[in-house]
Amino acid sequence: MNSASNIKVAGFGGQGVMMFGQILAYSATKDELFGLWFPSYGPETRGGTANCSVIVSNEEINSPIFKNSDHLVAFNGPSLEKFKKNVSPKGLILYNSSIITEAPKGCDQTCLGVPINDIAIELGNAKVANMVMMGAYLELTKMFSDETILAVVKKILGEKKAHLLELNEKALEAGKAFVRNASISYA
Amino acid sequence: MAKVLMKGNEALALAAIKGGVDAFYGYPITPQNEVPEYLSKHLIDAGKVFLQAESEVAAINMVYGAAGAGKRVMTSSSSPGIALKQEGISYIAAAELPCVISSVMRGGPGLGSIQPAQGDYYQATRGGGNGDYKLIVYAPESIQETIDIMKDAFNVADFYRNPVLVLIDGLIGQMMESVDFDRPVKERKLPVKDWATTGTKDHPGRRNVANSLHIDAQELEDQNIHLQEKYALIAKNETQHEMINMENPDYVIVAYGTMARICRSAIKELKAKGISVGMIRPITLLPYPKLAFNMIPETTKGILCCELSMGQMLDDVLISNKGRHKVGFFGRSGGMLPDPSEIVDAIENFSDKVVE
Repeated sequence: MNSASNIKVAGFGGQGVMMFGQILAYSATKDELFGLWFPSYGPETRGGTANCSVIVSNEEINSPIFKNSDHLVAFNGPSLEKFKKNVSPKGLILYNSSIITEAPKGCDQTCLGVPINDIAIELGNAKVANMVMMGAYLELTKMFSDETILAVVKKILGEKKAHLLELNEKALEAGKAFVRNASISYA
Repeated sequence: MAKVLMKGNEALALAAIKGGVDAFYGYPITPQNEVPEYLSKHLIDAGKVFLQAESEVAAINMVYGAAGAGKRVMTSSSSPGIALKQEGISYIAAAELPCVISSVMRGGPGLGSIQPAQGDYYQATRGGGNGDYKLIVYAPESIQETIDIMKDAFNVADFYRNPVLVLIDGLIGQMMESVDFDRPVKERKLPVKDWATTGTKDHPGRRNVANSLHIDAQELEDQNIHLQEKYALIAKNETQHEMINMENPDYVIVAYGTMARICRSAIKELKAKGISVGMIRPITLLPYPKLAFNMIPETTKGILCCELSMGQMLDDVLISNKGRHKVGFFGRSGGMLPDPSEIVDAIENFSDKVVE
């Protein structure tokens, strides 16, 4: 990976949006890169779109605030609507096609819908939808190895939830498999 | 130790533990709640004192008492909460007791908002407490710098017997960054706390009194002269700033905290456009790095003060500039955070930003 990636992750509260962003920042730290995560907090997280910003960089990070995202990961329709206009022309838009049924129009970026809720339910637990998205994201960006991501997820799960690691691993793989089988036109 | 990813407020709290905090007294307020949350677990685990007071006023007076007993004491709050603590802060400064206060700024005035802002520059450097007292005010720009400063803050407070205020904005408090807790701390030879009110069994025949009341006018003036001498020494020894790209810049930005980091990115963008911009980044807001302004070349076209406020540090920029250069101002407030392109735009349209 070279230089910095600005990533916007957004969705409803409870979809694992913040965790998605934190996993990226933890992974950056684990790989001895620079990671920065910050949440939108306060009233805007209630009912509307919860979002977080992540920067992964191989050099020290200056501004935590960025205008344009290199990658947008949208877990619901309002998030896609709100943030798609600020994605770099050569950027990536990943969205949850389980609930966003209409592909965004006039999208110059690499744009892919992943039915993360459906895939997660097939795996037996709707809560791992964000890890399905993570698999898809990593397959497209190659930002971190499975080894790094799984080590981070294992640490977050802790001993109490260690039994969920296998399910998370499956979700990750399912997301990756979806991307491998999808037809994508790259920007 | 390898780097860890940590939230600013939690990192600040852990750094306070590493800096040797004995006791924390506080009252909850967003966006700094992770500071007491973290300490409530880890201080008690370490056998130290954590106490959630009934109010900010109670908390700062508990700090006053425990500091008087010679302990390393801390409180934390955010803008309106710091406002409530001002009376106690003046008393602590007057009684020359060491303590550390962290303030995680949110939007103001009044209850304002819980979003990040820098509207408490006046509150931190001019204070709402009465009398001729000064704090030592640090304004780190990152979580790493917050850690480095917090680890040293109790030493600075003890060395000068003065309250230290660590001032960050809600963004630094709420975000997470990769940080290193093992960076070295400056060595300071600390005086023995022979003034601490620990009971006459520790200092037979001598009563130690922590007090800010001096009924005799001459006695109080003498105390004020002594305080001013101390503040001059602090200014001489502890003023900190960073200068970036100061070789013949077209413009110089002055910014601190999160705003300084946004400006760093703007400076890179401006360089790509062929505009050379330097930066003076105060790390201590009080004492203020006035002398750094002497390094701005005559050929520089102007100074742009950038803040997450409507213009407060601007006063110190004008004082330090002494009329040499044109001074402009760019500010956002209320929790609105500019991206670097807004700073780029402000420099490109400097003439519209000039205030003096």
